[in-house]
Amino acid sequence: MAILINKDTRVMTQGVTGKTGQFHTKSCIEYANGKNCFVAGVNPKRPGEHFENIPIFATVKEAKQATGATVSVIYVPPPFAASAIDEAVDAELDLVICITEGIPVSDMIRTRYKMHGHKTLLIGPNCPGIITPDEIKIGIMPGHIHKKGRIGVVSRSGTLTYEAVAQLMEQGLGQSTCIGIGGDPINGLKHLDVMRMFNEDNDTDAVLMVGEIGGSDEEECAAWIKSNMTKPVVGFIAGVTAPAGKRMGHAGAIISGGKGTAQEKIATMEECEIKITRNPAEMGKLLKSVLR
Amino acid sequence: MKIHEYQAKNLFRKNGIPVLGGIACFSVKEAVEASIKLGGEIWAVKAQIHAGGRGKGGGVKIAKSLNDVKDHAEEILGMKLVTHQTDKNGQVVRRLFIEQGASIQKEFYVGMLVDRSSQRVCLMASSEGGMNIEDVANKTPEKINKVLIDPIEGLTNEDIKKVSQIISFPQCDLSEITTLLQNLYKLFNSTDASLVEINPLILTTANHFLALDAKMSFDDNSLFRHSEIEVLRDLDEEDPLVTKASKYDLSYVPLDGNIGCLVNGAGLAMATMDIIKLYGGNPANFLDVGGGATTEKVTEAFKIMLSNANLRAILVNIFGGIMRCDVIASGVVKAAREVKLTLPLVVRLEGTNADLGKRILTESGLEIISANSMDDAARNVVTAAS
Repeated sequence: MAILINKDTRVMTQGVTGKTGQFHTKSCIEYANGKNCFVAGVNPKRPGEHFENIPIFATVKEAKQATGATVSVIYVPPPFAASAIDEAVDAELDLVICITEGIPVSDMIRTRYKMHGHKTLLIGPNCPGIITPDEIKIGIMPGHIHKKGRIGVVSRSGTLTYEAVAQLMEQGLGQSTCIGIGGDPINGLKHLDVMRMFNEDNDTDAVLMVGEIGGSDEEECAAWIKSNMTKPVVGFIAGVTAPAGKRMGHAGAIISGGKGTAQEKIATMEECEIKITRNPAEMGKLLKSVLR
Repeated sequence: MKIHEYQAKNLFRKNGIPVLGGIACFSVKEAVEASIKLGGEIWAVKAQIHAGGRGKGGGVKIAKSLNDVKDHAEEILGMKLVTHQTDKNGQVVRRLFIEQGASIQKEFYVGMLVDRSSQRVCLMASSEGGMNIEDVANKTPEKINKVLIDPIEGLTNEDIKKVSQIISFPQCDLSEITTLLQNLYKLFNSTDASLVEINPLILTTANHFLALDAKMSFDDNSLFRHSEIEVLRDLDEEDPLVTKASKYDLSYVPLDGNIGCLVNGAGLAMATMDIIKLYGGNPANFLDVGGGATTEKVTEAFKIMLSNANLRAILVNIFGGIMRCDVIASGVVKAAREVKLTLPLVVRLEGTNADLGKRILTESGLEIISANSMDDAARNVVTAAS
């Protein structure tokens, strides 16, 4: 049944009336079962209105009560996005996907702190979202490049994930679920959390893990894989050529104090017996080679 | 965003973190006048650039007379200061900081930064003041003590007691260092800093704590709510091309190689540099045009890449999702015409409307090498550049 979301998931959009929110909500509605999945919008100033036949509510809580939506996707601008996450957490949703790029780091530190003790999971921020192909897509990825299958994909990037998916498709491999966990330094689900879910998912046979410079999420995930993972995992780490101390597009993609280099991550992952390719054009081939 | 030492010390002074008297100067004359105004018999003449390791590079000198001040200021102002944090050409010194002298009993290190795994601000302190903290962390990690700060409670007396025991601040009463560190954390928080470092924090022979150096940088995502910090920006310290790129919402990082890269998305842009290197080429830059590239943005991206005299070839690698390949293709054609491009140009388009995009490239009549995959694109551009 894939992980986190499927065709029966009910979703609300926070920031549904903005340009970005409108554009992507429309494209999500048009994808697979999206018409039934996307059931509510939230905008405190426009309750009672509709977007694409979806009712708009003033608060997340009201949207949840009225429609039964348990998942939210956020396109709210950066200054207000962390409060939007807080609101979804307070309403005890199951999952929040925050697409917004550029949220202040200190806002995210406070939001993550407040999430302790709540059941809500967070994907992102600064991420493309999550898709269970041919069932539901929540986010900004192009749905048409995906196909239902048995490979899990987890990545910190957007377009590099699409590249990975396209390479899997070239090998004839569809995907169970693809998740972009985002390029920010302070985020929700990490590689390790997603890997655990793929390990327990009966619809996933193997996982493609795409990482990049900065932080130590990939290393922590690798250590867990070594002692717990029962399925093959292959990986690619972007940024072997990235200079130290420079931010490479993503707020979190930076080698600081000599830590978080691609070389270090690759070495740790290989020590943990994860097959890594240095060639970003061979992610799909490598995955195919480890299938039993 | 980074600021200079003297700017950070102004913030320290306003926020109850003790510093020595000091004055920022832009000329030798101003430096001498500042020394007279500050008084005393000894001064530090300090180069102000956005990089660490200034002392080792010859950018910090002690003056024992006004003549010394003049000599040192003449020597340092305008010099190209090379440190382990600058590139090999160094950074031109345009500003000086003249500071009073201090008598040092002991040196410490204090820093605050965002710790990603715990998702909290971390206070780091060490007895090894004045050293490169990365070296201390590698060689003698036991000499660094860390405390993760609770975002709601803030930096508590208990936290400070813990830090103080391990780095053994001498037997002075803890109230002075407690106030200093709590003020530092308040400053960190209220300005949305991403890093603050005092290296060294000194204990004077009169048993008082002082920040002898100061380094601060700020979260770029938070600058919209800190106009008081934004005005401290020194554009002379930033690469003009990077500044120009950011005006067009382009993320650009110059590198040493000769193959220009124009890519959508940060991860794919890094992967593109990596594959060029893998096939024996050298990327000239990282350039992410983002999710909503327009013809104007693509044209500016070409101009920025072409400002690099070393450039031998260009690779455009686009995975169209929301961004349609036909829009990018039109942008590439227009840009190539506008800048009268003569260098080899390899374009790889994949995803939404890729076929339409490729047709636009072919029909343009321009000499564009169209690649069918990332692999193909990388091989082609490396060959074209060599």
